[in-house]
Amino acid sequence: MNAALKTNMKPADILSALAGALASQQIKVIDLTHTLTPEFPAIALPPEMGQCWPFRIEEVSRYDERGPAWYWNNFSCGEHTGTHFDAPIHWISGRDLPNNAVDTIPVQHFVAPAVVIDCSADSAVNPDHLLTIEAVLTWEAVHGRIPANAWVLMRTDWAHRAHDPEAFQNFDATGQHTPGPSAEVAKFLVEERSVLGFGSEAIGTDAGQGYHERPPYPCHYYMHGAGRYGLQCLNNLNLLPPTGAVLICPPLKIENGSGSPLRVLALVAS
Amino acid sequence: MFVYWRFDFGKGRMNAPLQRPPRKNPVLRTRQPTLPPSNRSRVALGLTAAAAEGRFELQQCGECHAVQYPPREACHVCLSEELPWTLQSGAASLLSETTLHHSNDLFFRERLPWRLGLAQLDCGPTVMVHLLDAVAAAPSRVKVDVRLDRAGQAVLIGSPETASPETESLDMHDDKIIQAMGCDPRFRKVLVTDGKTPVGQAMVRALIAAGADIVWVGHAEPWKKLPGFAELAALPQVTLVPLDLTNAKSVTELAGEIAGKVDIVVNNAELHRTFGIAARKGLDVARAEMDINYFGLLRLAQDFGPALKGRAADGANSAVAWVNLLSIYALSNYPPHGTFSASKAAALSLSQCLRAEMRPAGIRVINLFPGPIDDDWNQLMPPPKVTPAALAAAMVKALKDGVEDVYPGDVAAEWRARFRDSPKVLERELAAGGS
Repeated sequence: MNAALKTNMKPADILSALAGALASQQIKVIDLTHTLTPEFPAIALPPEMGQCWPFRIEEVSRYDERGPAWYWNNFSCGEHTGTHFDAPIHWISGRDLPNNAVDTIPVQHFVAPAVVIDCSADSAVNPDHLLTIEAVLTWEAVHGRIPANAWVLMRTDWAHRAHDPEAFQNFDATGQHTPGPSAEVAKFLVEERSVLGFGSEAIGTDAGQGYHERPPYPCHYYMHGAGRYGLQCLNNLNLLPPTGAVLICPPLKIENGSGSPLRVLALVAS
Repeated sequence: MFVYWRFDFGKGRMNAPLQRPPRKNPVLRTRQPTLPPSNRSRVALGLTAAAAEGRFELQQCGECHAVQYPPREACHVCLSEELPWTLQSGAASLLSETTLHHSNDLFFRERLPWRLGLAQLDCGPTVMVHLLDAVAAAPSRVKVDVRLDRAGQAVLIGSPETASPETESLDMHDDKIIQAMGCDPRFRKVLVTDGKTPVGQAMVRALIAAGADIVWVGHAEPWKKLPGFAELAALPQVTLVPLDLTNAKSVTELAGEIAGKVDIVVNNAELHRTFGIAARKGLDVARAEMDINYFGLLRLAQDFGPALKGRAADGANSAVAWVNLLSIYALSNYPPHGTFSASKAAALSLSQCLRAEMRPAGIRVINLFPGPIDDDWNQLMPPPKVTPAALAAAMVKALKDGVEDVYPGDVAAEWRARFRDSPKVLERELAAGGS
């Protein structure tokens, strides 16, 4: 919005120009969403705990005796299935904040700029790779300071494993091994950069071994405790520039919902 | 006319050793199933009820103790109406025999020659038996036993009196009469729906040991590594197949790929949690149990049932059986595992529907009702507990014997007996902790 104020254009002209740029594909729309399929892996917790439903779909009718001229399905899933949004109320640290559920979050937050920090090389070598403060400062030295109220998206190319649920989940006897932010950087991004939220390609915003950090699941703890959001199971982050993309990511308006599957789109200048 | 029934080897002895059947000849029409005559009176179904659990019972007069055959409403000696079904030893003398070379009944016409005998039970009645080849010519001693035939009705079998379990497995199980009634997994292709559990792994191994040619082993959530699975996957008879009974698409896709080749479905996939009503908030666990234990069976039956029925007479290794892993808790609720019990009761009810729908094809539906299995979810249950290997052995025996209902283990056998005595008493005992 600050950027818009720097121009001499009136808001109506900005919108009109945007529509024109979308039509001419000077601004491209990139889909950051995985397709919802029954095979897409669900978050796995110890079996005695409550579980998030995976995506399931059953046909109601398909131009047949159950409904002669129409095709439709019933589907079911948890709020945290597939590419999905985490609201502050999802975590105990954010449980008492105002406007902390998907139905009460200010809708302006669902359209916001994003920066992309490329950790794909490190993640390819080390599935437990953690994004550090040092790495963020190095990134800022090249691309500038992370603006306030922007999404920080951690590119790991983990999405390239999505066709192989086993590799995507990457469990061994000590649990899950997927990249994510360190506890320190999660706190730093909230307190020093006032980010809008943190986005990742793996199944959580925290690393697979995040349970063993201090505090456990630090990204959830700090982000949601400060009223910030999470996006996970993002796709196509490799198609985004380090800065300049705008995310459109409104979750379903579920009463008191802790999150929801959603379509995440990015606007990118071509 | 040439019909390649697995049992028609040579002109002499009917009982040739079971041999690996040839591959299906794809230019011949797949045979349609036929059934032996299946009408029975209401009282005669008592014979079937006992046979379904593998017991040979006849009515015995409560007043004069005369044993009755055929089943009847009043004692043939004293006209008493008190005729409880009573376990029989089956000791008998073979009086005479004949070998059928002609029949207008479609089922027997396809299986001629067929040996029949007249045997007098030591307890009195004279009965007609299907006579195994190994029984010496009349007059001789014979052991009369009961079996479910392809129509699921009780019939009497004459086998050698001296048969020991060892010779049984060598000779009797190869007899074409036994083969025509049982569901021997030898040379057959089996789907076991969950290979990740200790029970599933024991079942796969037991089926292979019993001679199964191919065992397709289902596995859900491939990212979860569970003990024993990699070793199982390495067995040459095993082919892993992705299968998640909660996912209709997964079931339908697998059916599309292999249902036309599966001879025996073993549905062992289950979800077992240990909650009653008050011990757990919400429905998520109960729903998850229902989704696998009940709806999973329904999804599987809708997609695999028709294919099995279509191949129920497909030559030597036809489709033949469907096994469900239920629980003794299906009979009466065990409150500490209350929602699990309810899901198994639902599955039991559905299995009766499946059995009714499979019966016209002669596909046997076998329900296993184990007591507590010695696994993670029964960790806090006191022994005795059924080991996965014992449960798997009971399943293979049930397939060979062709029974419908099996209660493996001491706990299941005792609760079954108590259930027969009084469902209400069992309900109260289970509510008090099940001891």
